Amino acid sequence: MSDQPAITLSDIGKTYVVRTKAGALRRHRNEVKAVDGVSFAVEAGEMVGYLGPNGAGKSTTIKMITGILTPTSGRLRVLGLKPVAQRRMLAKHIGVVFGQRSQLWWDLPLIDSFDLLHHVYATEPGRHKHNVAEFIDRLDLGEFLTTPVRQLSLGQRMRGELTAALLHDPELVVLDEPTIGLDVVSKHAVRTFLQDVNAQRGTTVLLTTHDLDDVEQLCKRMLIIDHGRVLLDQSVADFKKEHGTRRTLVVEFEHVVDPVQLAHATVARCEGPQQWLSFDRSVTTAAALISELAELHAIRDLSIDEPEIEDLVRGLYKS
Amino acid sequence: MDSPASLGLYGRLLGARVRSDWQYRTSFITLLFSQALVTVLEFVSILLVLELVPNLGGWTPTEVAFLYALATVPFGMADLLMSSVERTANHVQAGTFDRLLLRPLPALFQISAIEFELRRAGKLLPSLGVGVWAVANVDVAWNAQRVGVLVMAVLCGAVIYSALWVASASVSFWAVGSREAANAVTYGGQAANQYPLHVYRNWVRAVLGWGIPLAFVSYVPSQWILDAENPLGMPSNLVVAIPVVTVAVLVAALGCWGLGIRHYQSTGS
Amino acid sequence: MGDAGVDGARVGAFLTLMVEVARRSFRRASHYRLATAAGVFVNTVFGYLRASVLVFVAASSGGMVRGLSGSDLATYAFMSQGLIMVVGVFGDTELSDRIRTGDVVVDLYRPVDLQMWWLATWIGKAAFQAAARGIPPVVLGAIAFDLTWPDHWWLWLVFVVSVVLASVVGFTVRFCSALATFWLLDSRGIDQMVTFTVGFFAGMLLPLTLFPQWLETVARALPFASMVQLPIDIYLGTASGSEIVWTLAQQAGWCVALLGLGRVMMASATRKVVVQGG
Repeated sequence: MSDQPAITLSDIGKTYVVRTKAGALRRHRNEVKAVDGVSFAVEAGEMVGYLGPNGAGKSTTIKMITGILTPTSGRLRVLGLKPVAQRRMLAKHIGVVFGQRSQLWWDLPLIDSFDLLHHVYATEPGRHKHNVAEFIDRLDLGEFLTTPVRQLSLGQRMRGELTAALLHDPELVVLDEPTIGLDVVSKHAVRTFLQDVNAQRGTTVLLTTHDLDDVEQLCKRMLIIDHGRVLLDQSVADFKKEHGTRRTLVVEFEHVVDPVQLAHATVARCEGPQQWLSFDRSVTTAAALISELAELHAIRDLSIDEPEIEDLVRGLYKS
Repeated sequence: MDSPASLGLYGRLLGARVRSDWQYRTSFITLLFSQALVTVLEFVSILLVLELVPNLGGWTPTEVAFLYALATVPFGMADLLMSSVERTANHVQAGTFDRLLLRPLPALFQISAIEFELRRAGKLLPSLGVGVWAVANVDVAWNAQRVGVLVMAVLCGAVIYSALWVASASVSFWAVGSREAANAVTYGGQAANQYPLHVYRNWVRAVLGWGIPLAFVSYVPSQWILDAENPLGMPSNLVVAIPVVTVAVLVAALGCWGLGIRHYQSTGS
Repeated sequence: MGDAGVDGARVGAFLTLMVEVARRSFRRASHYRLATAAGVFVNTVFGYLRASVLVFVAASSGGMVRGLSGSDLATYAFMSQGLIMVVGVFGDTELSDRIRTGDVVVDLYRPVDLQMWWLATWIGKAAFQAAARGIPPVVLGAIAFDLTWPDHWWLWLVFVVSVVLASVVGFTVRFCSALATFWLLDSRGIDQMVTFTVGFFAGMLLPLTLFPQWLETVARALPFASMVQLPIDIYLGTASGSEIVWTLAQQAGWCVALLGLGRVMMASATRKVVVQGG
């Protein structure tokens, strides 16, 4: 399996039939193309970020790759298997984390879930013990191992979810929004862990997220999907160079003033004493802008808006 | 899946569920009792009918009690072990059904195990009691053949009821909102089997008794074992058809479930 | 004007609110069309099963049992199936769930009376269920069985009044059992036991008329008879003349008594919440 890609999608499409009410009994039958001719390949050992706004087709793609959904058209291979037809065989070789849906036993201690999964996946006992010990150590699970899952914090639970998904040594891990709702510390723990797993075990990682930082810190390559089509497939470094450099400086002056005139920034919005200044990080820095502004007017408050994926995708459309 | 390993796994998954439920002890115990209570009340109302009409189309009260037990013991077994598939609808609605498809085990195996509820045993105990009493008091010369048919009837009945649960749970892959309709077959079927089939109208009997076919759970084997009145004129060797019917019903139910999974995989909801 | 005028305005506002709550509840119940159709189907199937057995019982006893004919009993079977949702034989776990989860604290501090709020919700839903799940099983039953219809047109009116009272009794029973959750720390098991006990003593498994004499007396002395058996007594004409008045009086009596019990329990539950801080 090492020479062929871990995941191959060739012209994959998924069409849903949606029935909407039209009068008391009549219904309209609409076809919605959730995924519309998507092709890409993920090499074994790669770590790829899969991005897109809500409803772009991300989840649908993930579900097809993991064998939950049948594609309407196209050719799909995951670890050399046909996901739906060979679903259970594939399940032994992949790990899946849904940020918002737990796979742990809610009322039981974390360690019990690990033990049950050991039997569900029929992992070799020595290997299981070794993995549990390693993950407990790396993710610092020790202190809440015997606490019922329902009492864990979101960050603790996510660390448990990651362990649960990786205990059977999967060759591929698919993560759907693994950092959603987490605090900074937990996010960091999750990212470091994924990085280690990828580097040391050679596990292929495919990850969807809303958080651009996840991608920046974890992935070398990213895919952006919207309206069911791949908009962009390039290295994270190139993307940042091309698109990810616009930032917005939000400044609140002591008094209401006219929109400021600066060489390297434009006023995008103006509301009372607040102004939104858009600038390019590769041209100037926030610090330089702030000192320029301070000379013009008295400043009460400042903040910098990172671009959201949604904004970037919108930006992609414009260009 | 090799069977000894999967049996062990099944046991582990049940154990996990029981341990979870045991954390809500009060609910667990009161629910266990309430399940026993409903069975007792049901049987009491049958006794009250028998007091009014001691002779239900030629069947004595003891014979009816035997029939009742042969209808409710297999139902209790199926209810305990397989009615948990009813929860498929909840999983489909909540989107958690996906999780079952991501594991290297059949979804049906998983759902029956993770939704197992020990409280349902409450239903089984009183009906077993009635069964033991009826076997001891019924006017029958027990021999190997009769005992054999009885054991077969209990096992096949449990399989038939389980198959009905599976088939009716499959409905939730298409129409989550209408899943209650399936209760007409499951709970309705077991209610119908508590009286000798000849008390029902022709067409009720045709649909529930022979169409579904619930007659093979209780009425057919009871009539043969007890050598009871046969107002419907059934052929005397109909009992041999029980295993055949059971296999047919099981195959049909698993077919429905498979279709349901395939439908789920094409619509994702 | 004076105080009377102010009070009149307050009562008016209160009634408007109750009507609004009931209307919203009616509309909410009407949204679940598939579930309603499925429910009608199941109720009707059970109606057929129960009617079959009861008709067989009548036929084997020479056409009449305890003064009831086969068609009377078949009517009983379908009417009681139709009443299930109207009087709430299976209850409604909404309130007890709110108590179990603690959400009820919000309700207790609302400026509207908790009991009246839930009563209005209940009645709104029951009104929908009467039309959607009460009538169809009886109509579908009439296709296959000879059913009995009331002798006089005014019996329909009395029957409707009796069903309204039955529904209120159903509410009070559930309201009290839900409030019991405050002390018992469990609701699911209690809800189920109440359901089965109510079902048996209301006459859902068997008409109370077919119970042995002593058990019938006991059952009729309990409030649950008011939910199913008494309205059908009126419908079938088993209660006639002054007995009709007595039947309605009994139902109304239980309404008042159990609404009162509910208020006492509510007051003491509120005190418990205040003392323990929820």
